Amino acid sequence: MYNFDVEKPGTIAEAATAMRVEDAQALGGGQTLIPTLKQRLAGPSKLVSLKGVAEMQGISKDGNTLRIGGATIHAAVAAEGSYSALAALAAHIGDPAVRNRGTIGGSLANNDPAACYPAAALASGATIVTNTREIAADDYFQGMFDTALDEGEIITAVSFPIPQAANYQKFVQPASRFALVGVFVAKYTDGVRVAVTGASNEGVFRWTEAETALSANFSATALDGLSVSPDNMITDLHGSATYRAHLVKVMTGRAVTAAS
Amino acid sequence: MPKDTGIGAATVRREDVRFLTGTGEYTDDIQLAKQTYAVFARSTVAHGTIKSIDTSAAEAMPGVLAVFTGEDFVEVGGNPAGWLINSRDGEPMKEPKRPVLAHGKVRHVGDAYAAVIAETAQQARDAVEAIEADIEELDAIVDMNAALSGSNFVHDEIGTNQCFDWGWIEDNREATDNAIKNAHHVTTLELVNNRLVPNAMEPRASIGSYKASTGEYTLHTTSQNPHLTRLLISAFVLGIPENMLTVIAPDVGGGFGSKIYHYGEEALVLAAAKKIGRPVKWTADRTESFLTDAHGRDHVTKIELALDKDGKFLAFRTDTKANVGAYLSNFSTATPTFLHGTLMAGNYTVPLVYVNVKAVFTNTAPVDAYRGAGRPEATYSIERVIDKAARELGMDPIELRRKNFVKPDQYPFASAAGLEYDAGNYDALMDKMEEVADVAGFEARRKESEAKGLLRGFGVNAYIEACGIAPSNLVGVLGSRVGLYDAATVRVNATGNLSVMVGAHSHGQGHETAFPQVVAEMLGIDPGVIDIVHGDTSKIPFGMGTYGSRSLAVCGSAVVRATEKIINKAKKIAGHMLEASEHDITLADGVFSVSGTDKSVTFGEVALKAYIPHEYPLEDIEPGLEETAFYDPANFTYPSGAYACEVEVDPETGKVTVDRMTAVDDFGNVINPMIVTGQVHGGLAQGIGQALVENTTYDENGQLLSASYMDYTMPRADDMPMFAVDHSQGTPCTHNPLGVKGCGEAGAIGSPPTVVNAVIDALQSGGKDVKHIDMPVSPARVWEAMQ
Repeated sequence: MYNFDVEKPGTIAEAATAMRVEDAQALGGGQTLIPTLKQRLAGPSKLVSLKGVAEMQGISKDGNTLRIGGATIHAAVAAEGSYSALAALAAHIGDPAVRNRGTIGGSLANNDPAACYPAAALASGATIVTNTREIAADDYFQGMFDTALDEGEIITAVSFPIPQAANYQKFVQPASRFALVGVFVAKYTDGVRVAVTGASNEGVFRWTEAETALSANFSATALDGLSVSPDNMITDLHGSATYRAHLVKVMTGRAVTAAS
Repeated sequence: MPKDTGIGAATVRREDVRFLTGTGEYTDDIQLAKQTYAVFARSTVAHGTIKSIDTSAAEAMPGVLAVFTGEDFVEVGGNPAGWLINSRDGEPMKEPKRPVLAHGKVRHVGDAYAAVIAETAQQARDAVEAIEADIEELDAIVDMNAALSGSNFVHDEIGTNQCFDWGWIEDNREATDNAIKNAHHVTTLELVNNRLVPNAMEPRASIGSYKASTGEYTLHTTSQNPHLTRLLISAFVLGIPENMLTVIAPDVGGGFGSKIYHYGEEALVLAAAKKIGRPVKWTADRTESFLTDAHGRDHVTKIELALDKDGKFLAFRTDTKANVGAYLSNFSTATPTFLHGTLMAGNYTVPLVYVNVKAVFTNTAPVDAYRGAGRPEATYSIERVIDKAARELGMDPIELRRKNFVKPDQYPFASAAGLEYDAGNYDALMDKMEEVADVAGFEARRKESEAKGLLRGFGVNAYIEACGIAPSNLVGVLGSRVGLYDAATVRVNATGNLSVMVGAHSHGQGHETAFPQVVAEMLGIDPGVIDIVHGDTSKIPFGMGTYGSRSLAVCGSAVVRATEKIINKAKKIAGHMLEASEHDITLADGVFSVSGTDKSVTFGEVALKAYIPHEYPLEDIEPGLEETAFYDPANFTYPSGAYACEVEVDPETGKVTVDRMTAVDDFGNVINPMIVTGQVHGGLAQGIGQALVENTTYDENGQLLSASYMDYTMPRADDMPMFAVDHSQGTPCTHNPLGVKGCGEAGAIGSPPTVVNAVIDALQSGGKDVKHIDMPVSPARVWEAMQ
């Protein structure tokens, strides 16, 4: 690590102020950031820990919407019963140590192309709430490690419309146990949404052909005849683009079956 | 009836109290007064010419005490290879110098070319970033075929990337060729034995210190063999007289082979300690472990098996390229040759074996012995090609093996690969395996899997290995530059408790529990009064350390011999105390008695007499009760086993799940069955890891793509089934006093081919014409093979 300052604000307003320093970096659970710092791959001037911001903690349900504070740890989401597919996803992120440190806001701000939460947010049509605005998930994810967040902008909460049925299927990359391919399927009254993580060089994306087919017939057989193009899929030491494209379809079918 | 103490008892490991309560003391836990810190500058390119290194800015950084480069070690020796291999044409192997710090060229990513010593590790790290190294990148040599055909050399001074071209047994070459040419059937298989990163839980660490007033050096280091490390540093690298260098390997958190070897960091911290007059500590971070610990395996092999019309094996012929990496690590030349070629007859009566191994330098981390060391490579080749042959001939894989097994009445058996197997019973192991694995129930389980849409496969394996390395006279003839005996000193203290100083080093093997069981059994006393001392050259006799499943077979035998000497002397003392001839004294349950009388003294009373020798026949018997023995084995020991594995393959994703794993091993006599079971479990986990997940990957530029746990897959508990382990079929080793063989590596040797055989069986059962998949058998590879 290089030396840095640490600030632990108690309110969103204080956190936003603290982030105005040049090269300040927000710290959620640190599950990506701290290893990066240890390897000297980043050198922020100041870490702004969001852990002490009470208004960013916790989960609340308002009608059919689940609102999760940006600094809420995965373990808390995993224990929340009103959106079971989301809870199951959270329960399989990393290991207990990761789940008791890592936060939903941190995950979404980082937008790792193999992270799980982006698939849930995109498939659910979630709203990313920041200290300055609300961003629809469809507008938020802008590619690998890239989001609509501005410099210094902080995710304070995420609002998920709770679907009629949903499921997340993660085929793990064996070393990191991030998603080699993860597919989140969510069925709403106005249609089905399918979001894929782990597979694409562009990060999380919606498989719209599958959405159309599943909106007409919410059954794995609706996917028969569809295929996913390997163009722009990731090829690495864990699997080729072709394999990932194949897995997208398999995992989508399994998610539909599990959600039905 | 299981015993509750002594030999055969499942005694709980006493060392686990400190390991499990966080009170072990590892090298990095040790803080010496005025300690400073070393951090290394390491190459980020795989191959490059060092044009210049400017350390002036680094030297001016806060807290910096010294900066070293390769120039500082030009006058000292290189880190040597411990085994001389001669090529088929009689030429000795190529041995380019392995310097303390890279000089002239860097040869792999992670090759250290400079080191900074500073007051804190943070300051040293900052200063390393200030070193200005002008390194001109050269094309990296990664692929072994390209290395052998090109004119770009890892070591320019030898003008080739081939270290040696070894034939075994060279006199059998022509006969083997003819047997294959004329055979009824020949099965051929090309396979890769994948490179593995050892991944000991504790990274390497060293502290060098120097006392100017006496000229004495001390090295605390993560070693499996402190005396061997001292010898290498003294005799070859720094030239420090052995009596001026103490090497201490305290608690060591796993080695698996990677901590056998002397590494340049150890020499650096000693030289630096002398220069600055303060202790110097270095602790590897995990990235350094990935880049610089000696890796394992990395063979590319073509194997042919010739059979007659009845399925009798006529010959094995292999052609192997073995990657030795950028430099020769200490046993890197022995591993692919005498620890590999000599096992290439397996458990079989095959009359002819010919093995060709070309060792190849590449711009990758050095490769050396790793749990199993050569025997896993041999077993994998043999047992995979046998499985393929059985399929080609339509024979049952178990029956084909049985047909060719060495039978119990054939011992001692001279194998076609040059070893003399002393004892074994491979059919009995196979019988037991079939029972424990419930082979009869397989078809029913296969149907259950099919109902779930999964393909179930059954894989079998029979292995033999050579442990207890090694008979010094034999290995000396074969090129070893060291002897491979071990040593023990048994010191009976005046109050009747014992300290046993051993040359073996325990870094997970449970010596502190198992060795006292042996001594306690022999003396008939409570093992709790016996303490094992190891790991400090100033305290222990000169032993060769722990690797090759040798501790109990070799060092344990030395413990037995030293204890026998204790008993003999104690009987003399008891005879004097009881006014009887020593020949009439018997020892039972810790009491010396005069045969046929009720006269006796306890072991404790004899010990006290030895140290308070009043009324003592000093003219006949020396006071004290302490004996040392060196033990050099007459032969290798030959553990063997029959393994079975059942996997389920998901045909949609290619994911392999190991559902059942059975290991039936012949370890000879077993001292502590709980420790043996634990060793087998660990070996199985590493073997299954190699077979399914461990994926060392260099790209064409020599960058290690799998250099962290984000990309290098370690096997985890949830990758494993519950293991069925059995060692009831032991045939005692005939030539060591305990009749033991060694159990540390067996699981890692027997399991990889078992798993892969099961995967192939699963795919074939599902109608997929897949004959082979290279390890690691990842989901992607399985799926691609099915397309």
